[in-house]
Amino acid sequence: MMAKRIDEAQVRKVAKLSRLALTEAEVEEFTEQLSAILDYAEKMNELDTENVEPLAHCLPINNVFRDDCIKESLGTEKTLANAPQRDGEFFKVPKILDGSGG
Amino acid sequence: MQDELLNMDCRQLRDGIASGRVKSVAATEAVFKAIEKYEGAIGAYISTFKKQAISKAEEIDKKIASGETVGELAGVPVAVKDIMCTSFGTTTCASKILESFHAPYNATAVEKLAAADAVIVGKTNMDEFAMGSSTENSGLKQTVNPWDKSRVPGGSSGGSAAAVAGRLCYAALGSDTGGSIRQPASFCGVVGLKPTYGRVSRFGLVAFGSSLDQIGPLTRTVGDCALLLNVIAGHDPADSTSIDEKTAPVCDCLGKLDEPIEGLKIAVVPEFNAGAESGVQKVIAKAIDVYKRLGAEVIEVDMPHLDYAIAAYYVIATAEASSNLARYDGVHYGHRTEEPADYIEVYSKSRAEGFGKEVKRRIMLGTYALSSGYYDAYYLKALKVRNLIRGDFAKVFERCDCIMMPVAPTTAFKIGEKIDDPLAMYLSDVYTIAANLAGIPAISVPCGFDEKKLPIGLQILAPAFGEEKLLRTARIYERETDWHKEKPRISN
Amino acid sequence: MAELDYKVVVGLEIHVHLCTKTKMFCGCALSFGEEANSRVCPVCLGMPGVLPVMNKQALEYAIMVAMALNCEIAEFTKWDRKSYYYPDLPKNYQISQYDLPLSANGFIEIPLEGGKTKRIGIIRAHLEEDAGKNVHSEANFSQVDLNRAGTPLLEIVTCPDMNSASEVRALAVELQRIVRYLGVSEGDMQKGHMRFEPNINLIITKNGAEYKTPIAEVKNLNSFRALERSVEYEVQRQLDEFAETGKTIETGNKTTRGWVDEREVTVLQRKKEEAPDYRYFPEPDLVPVKLTKEWLAEIRGHLCELPINKQIRYVTEYKLSDYDAGVLTAERFTAEFFEQSVAAGGEPKRVCNLLTQTGLKIAKERGCGVCDLGIKAESLSELSKIVESGTVSSSAAVSIFEAMVETGKEPDILAEELNLIQKSDAGELELIVEHVLADNAKAVKDVKIGGKKSKKAHGFLLGQVMQKTRGQANPKVVSEILDKKLG
Ligand SMILES: [Mg+2]
Ligand SMILES: [Zn+2]
Repeated sequence: MMAKRIDEAQVRKVAKLSRLALTEAEVEEFTEQLSAILDYAEKMNELDTENVEPLAHCLPINNVFRDDCIKESLGTEKTLANAPQRDGEFFKVPKILDGSGG
Repeated sequence: MQDELLNMDCRQLRDGIASGRVKSVAATEAVFKAIEKYEGAIGAYISTFKKQAISKAEEIDKKIASGETVGELAGVPVAVKDIMCTSFGTTTCASKILESFHAPYNATAVEKLAAADAVIVGKTNMDEFAMGSSTENSGLKQTVNPWDKSRVPGGSSGGSAAAVAGRLCYAALGSDTGGSIRQPASFCGVVGLKPTYGRVSRFGLVAFGSSLDQIGPLTRTVGDCALLLNVIAGHDPADSTSIDEKTAPVCDCLGKLDEPIEGLKIAVVPEFNAGAESGVQKVIAKAIDVYKRLGAEVIEVDMPHLDYAIAAYYVIATAEASSNLARYDGVHYGHRTEEPADYIEVYSKSRAEGFGKEVKRRIMLGTYALSSGYYDAYYLKALKVRNLIRGDFAKVFERCDCIMMPVAPTTAFKIGEKIDDPLAMYLSDVYTIAANLAGIPAISVPCGFDEKKLPIGLQILAPAFGEEKLLRTARIYERETDWHKEKPRISN
Repeated sequence: MAELDYKVVVGLEIHVHLCTKTKMFCGCALSFGEEANSRVCPVCLGMPGVLPVMNKQALEYAIMVAMALNCEIAEFTKWDRKSYYYPDLPKNYQISQYDLPLSANGFIEIPLEGGKTKRIGIIRAHLEEDAGKNVHSEANFSQVDLNRAGTPLLEIVTCPDMNSASEVRALAVELQRIVRYLGVSEGDMQKGHMRFEPNINLIITKNGAEYKTPIAEVKNLNSFRALERSVEYEVQRQLDEFAETGKTIETGNKTTRGWVDEREVTVLQRKKEEAPDYRYFPEPDLVPVKLTKEWLAEIRGHLCELPINKQIRYVTEYKLSDYDAGVLTAERFTAEFFEQSVAAGGEPKRVCNLLTQTGLKIAKERGCGVCDLGIKAESLSELSKIVESGTVSSSAAVSIFEAMVETGKEPDILAEELNLIQKSDAGELELIVEHVLADNAKAVKDVKIGGKKSKKAHGFLLGQVMQKTRGQANPKVVSEILDKKLG
């Protein structure tokens, strides 16, 4: 059998990066499916793109700005209206023990 | 009376309401009667707003009675795909993770519908976060094809297409990232337009692939399509990627809709089209013959990079999606897992519980394509292929007005037929994806049926910001044929 | 253990809040101290469907700083998404700049002891949005406030060109001075307008070989003191660690450390076993920025003379001491007030003394700037002139300055009202001197004898004259008369 384009360990790593708690069955299934899709994506390597610029955007425009003018905010109540959990005027989450995220 | 009312298109209805011959309330009630009768069988809507809709219709009728000026869609009952934020009801994206999410604002397109005095009857079902080609990936309900209930309506705007085809509204908005308006329009036998990227504001459209997403109309006629586009198009300062009026002309597609086109040049890509089912190929060829008969020149062209569109698309769209969907984490809104062990589990479990399989799969794929070590091989490569594809289009449009091809390689397939093979499902987007990668407008127009009596759509693609000519081109065909007048017989 | 020869190497990453009216990508007002989550809209809350729109003012402010830091400004710059999950980051990605930052390759001159300066390289300066705040309460949960989320943030990365804690501090102070001069940030440390993250390691020479210690990054320092002390602490800690483990940059990992203010120590936050994978990619919701020559020239027009240049100029042009020049240029408005007074004819050193010794003291007591005292630069110049001409003494000038602040009256009027005009009329003073000489025969004798006693007696007689005139005699004139009479 041909080696898989992506193995279960990589799938687990990507799941961690994506913050998705996958079941064992899902890990297995995704390994299979993602491998097939990535194999298909390899098709792109048939093309020589050495001198091709990457195209992130089709728009012919630059420099879109906003003036520094204040607009009304939602206010605390509306901001928190959809919050799964709140503590007073704050969003509430389980204790964050490690340092900064970034 | 009920049928007669429901069989009008938007423009007929609007004119009737504006002249006082027809009441918006009557049309709105007719729609809700139809919904009560058929929604159980079709499953087009995630939510409906009967009370709000009828009171809006009454308001419009009153305005007209008192001689006030009203908007372009005054009193016309329309539906909106549940991927556009509304300050009323929920905005779910057909996902469990947003099942009870109440947006505090309206999408610009929704605002524009309201400003045109449309009556919004409900929000339609879809593939979760628009990820799919059959609406089977909805996390909330199933929608079937009004022409054959054992088949899919297409996707991801399957609810919108089914609602329009099933006369459960007069027109609907959908969104198209890789064919999500055109393919369900084709499967359900209605008109569906993906406008040029930047033509319609994306503000309030829940993002899937930000550089590909566009909102567009699904309607019964080309004229309605032009009307709705006129209403929703235009520059929006809240969307940095919406085109300004200096760069692209303001959209007035309705005014010149019936003007003839002299010397129309149509490009076809024979090699590429060969991938479609023979039934589909035959119908498309016949449709193009209609143009030939009317004097159009048909030119065979080669677009060597179209074959790579699916590969590039599924890398770019999922990469963007993996980032766009990072915000659904159970912290600020949306589903949160119960009793997480720590804050990391708030993320990983809320997301695992809230997202369906296809969404997880695409988040995984996109994350992988952007992760260190794979970025160049997948994401960057895909952006370069995207440029080549755009180049193919640019070359063809140098000598042709438009390109014609099928919308999909098949007609509506059976529910469950492809759901376990994601790659096969992705490959069914072969004809629609390139327009999104190149940012150009494309329309699906009903052009016949296969031997199973399932609708087929003709796809017409035009240069960026060429909607006016595109719609005129589509209208030429519609005038010559009666396919758009066919309607499904829905059994309960 | 034997003394080791070592060199400290520090590079800084600095985040500066820009003082625009609104956030980077939405119209919410910037906030400090309001009710939590009150300055939040769908955009900065990262709601489904929202889109960012760039604040032009923030971009221009950022470019001004980049210009002041002698950076090359990009002709073409774009936005990227930086992905990581954290509760204070609503979208779970930060809109930042990755491969095409708006500026790069600059430098900053920092003042060192003794009037010297040192050039520190700037690797890049780019614009991004700030995150909100996680509040870690005593309870078993954390709170999230998004008021700060989306605040325009300029990230500046320096070369590892600093070789001591005091140089690190000097850079921080200099940068604060620059952003305040430019008016693009309040630079208020207590409000978190500036945050510092030093990357510190040592090059140790032992037995003729060089060893580099593993780099430690100290996160989120928000006072000059914490910055300086954390570098000092790290130097010692890394020396100790090297002595103990011998770990080098090749054998040990880069670490992230936090600063514990109460104990003045750094503590390990996490080992960077693997570099975080931020999955940068171009932000599809924003279009790129092209900076034309014309636009850049217009922005350059908003720049002012940089504080360090002012400081050097004050020393060379006005012959002020380096210390005085530093005090005068600490705040732009003080420097401008000083320059206006000099332009109105004030003698620089005299104006400087009045400002630094009296003006700044009064301003500090009142908790305001020297330009907020209600005194015109011309009036200060006037005051310096009447001191210079001997009309009032320099000690009287202090009283006049205070009275000017109190009453708003002009110095010459106050000098008169307060009876502080010096008697310089030689004839009048001669009479008084004669009286004093007559009354103090002993002292007169002492002066005439000469030597040590003579000087003291001279001073005594001068004091007597001053007393008789209630301090209003011009001591210079009196001294001359005394010399003549006793000569
Ligand atoms: Mg940063
Ligand atoms: Zn905001």
